[in-house]
Amino acid sequence: MTATVPMVRADRLMKKYGSNVVLQDISLEVRTGEVMCVIGPSGSGKSTFLRCINHLEKIDGGRLEVEGELVGYREKGGVLHELHPREAARQRRDIGMVFQRFNLFPHMTALENVTEAPVRVKRQPKDAAVERARTLLARVGLGDKLDSYPGHLSGGQQQRVAIARALAMEPKLMLFDEPTSALDPELVGEVLDVMKGLAADGMTMIVVTHEMGFAREVADSLVFMDQGHILERGAPRDVLATPEHERTRAFLSKVL
Amino acid sequence: MTTSTGGPAPTPAPGHEPIRAVPLRHPWRNVIGAVLIIAIAAIVWDAAVNRQAYDWPAVGKYLFDRRISEAAFVTLQLTVYSMVGAIVLGIILAVMRLSPNPILKSIAWVYIWIFRGTPVYVQLVFWGLLSTIYPTLDIGLPFLPPIAQLPTDQALNTFWIAVIGLALNEAAYMSEIVRAGILSVDRGQEEAATALGMGWGLTMRRIIIPQAMRIIIPPTGNEVISMLKTTSLVTAVPFTLDLYTRSRDISAETFNPIPLLIVASLWYLFVTSILMVGQYFLERRFARGLDRVDLTKGARLPQGDAPSVDSIANARGESEERR
Ligand SMILES: Nc1ncnc2c1ncn2[C@@H]1O[C@H](COP(=O)(O)OP(=O)(O)OP(=O)(O)O)[C@@H](O)[C@H]1O
Ligand SMILES: [Mg+2]
Repeated sequence: MTATVPMVRADRLMKKYGSNVVLQDISLEVRTGEVMCVIGPSGSGKSTFLRCINHLEKIDGGRLEVEGELVGYREKGGVLHELHPREAARQRRDIGMVFQRFNLFPHMTALENVTEAPVRVKRQPKDAAVERARTLLARVGLGDKLDSYPGHLSGGQQQRVAIARALAMEPKLMLFDEPTSALDPELVGEVLDVMKGLAADGMTMIVVTHEMGFAREVADSLVFMDQGHILERGAPRDVLATPEHERTRAFLSKVL
Repeated sequence: MTTSTGGPAPTPAPGHEPIRAVPLRHPWRNVIGAVLIIAIAAIVWDAAVNRQAYDWPAVGKYLFDRRISEAAFVTLQLTVYSMVGAIVLGIILAVMRLSPNPILKSIAWVYIWIFRGTPVYVQLVFWGLLSTIYPTLDIGLPFLPPIAQLPTDQALNTFWIAVIGLALNEAAYMSEIVRAGILSVDRGQEEAATALGMGWGLTMRRIIIPQAMRIIIPPTGNEVISMLKTTSLVTAVPFTLDLYTRSRDISAETFNPIPLLIVASLWYLFVTSILMVGQYFLERRFARGLDRVDLTKGARLPQGDAPSVDSIANARGESEERR
């Protein structure tokens, strides 16, 4: 039974800021273990969609479920009740997020960045959290940077610490919002390599990216968003090679 | 890309001589400096020899008078206790003002409105009259007989009334400084913490406030020094054991006010200097990771790297305004 529950299920999801509708009629499913890449022009609502999935934004219509559990609401007798912030925080624990601008905590070392949430939120014992953080940082290739502050790390190194920080909460789903867009070209590869490793280990990932090579190689599905709609969804090769919509074609001709 | 800091400077490649140039001369600097030194020396000599009213022997006599040094210590205590209270309350008020809860927000707003909008001297007189308005302090539930009852003037002596009065006033200013500091922290920080499942309070305490401290400390240093001098107003309570009031009381007996003013000023300067040293170390502590220089390796704090004090000072206005 549970095996068939998708990791993420959006059903006619709608989101607006004031009267400005930024997501409309978003319906899709992401299977457990699936890597989904999202592409689309600036302002098409890609970031907003990710932020809805871990309830950094409230949705205004439709349904959004993660592992069959409503995000941000509880359903009782057909009526939706807003979750208490504490319960919303508990839902977010299982969803890792990586930001375009890293957002590492600058007053903490790499190691402290990674141990902070497990110790303070999950109340793991300090020793165990440190041990696990060492392993994670070694896994992203930063075993020798444990005591460095983010300000002393390159962009690529910072983003890898950010990935380790998210992984420390043992998420079942990882959201990446243009993780390589703020990086110098020669640093993009090291971050993508870490992400490829994660995908190979079976992590469910939703990745907003303009790295078409990564999408083609790693993604199981590719979504093209435009003006708050999902215009196209399919296997990356098909979408990239034979897009159905004129707008997709126009967009791809610019980025490829 | 180098990752190590503070390594040995690269030795110049052979064949590259270090530059030996004649340094730029500043003749006018020297002239102006000389004129100033002569002028200051003249004033000092005049003050030391010609002006009897300074009464330097009396300055020497009272500088280390027990009553004065004790009063200086009392003033330091007033400053430290009231600032600690003000900082704690100021952080609470700032967090209340930024919280999503409209009730907490309004309470903080009204508090700041009242305590910043009335003179601290008037507030101190008011707290001094507290025992006239409320002769007893009752502990218990409203409309029920009190569990415990204490005469107000026994529960709170004038020292603590002075501390509370100063702290309540200062908290209004501190909360604005703290709020400016919190708002200066990048929004992405709160977002990242929230995405990790941290609640609002934890995010404030562990992520936002430690980063805001860097912006908060320099203007807080101003406030501490300003508070040191504001303690001279506690005579309004009336509390008379602080440095200024004490030295004035002594000079009222000796009919020789000027030397005691000098003595009090020297002590204020001395205490200010101690506080400035404390500020230096606090700034170092909270600059961790936020500076280009690695402090963990014992490097020096870069000069002039402090964030803009002016922008925050604007939030509270001139320090003399509330007198
Ligand atoms: N907090 C907000 N308030 C109002 N409007 C917003 C807010 N955040 C985003 N928007 C609007 O929502 C729309 C979608 O924004 P979003 O950031 O999701 O786009 P995006 O696809 O991620 O673009 P980009 O590639 O530039 O990151 C944009 O028109 C944007 O102006
Ligand atoms: Mg975006």
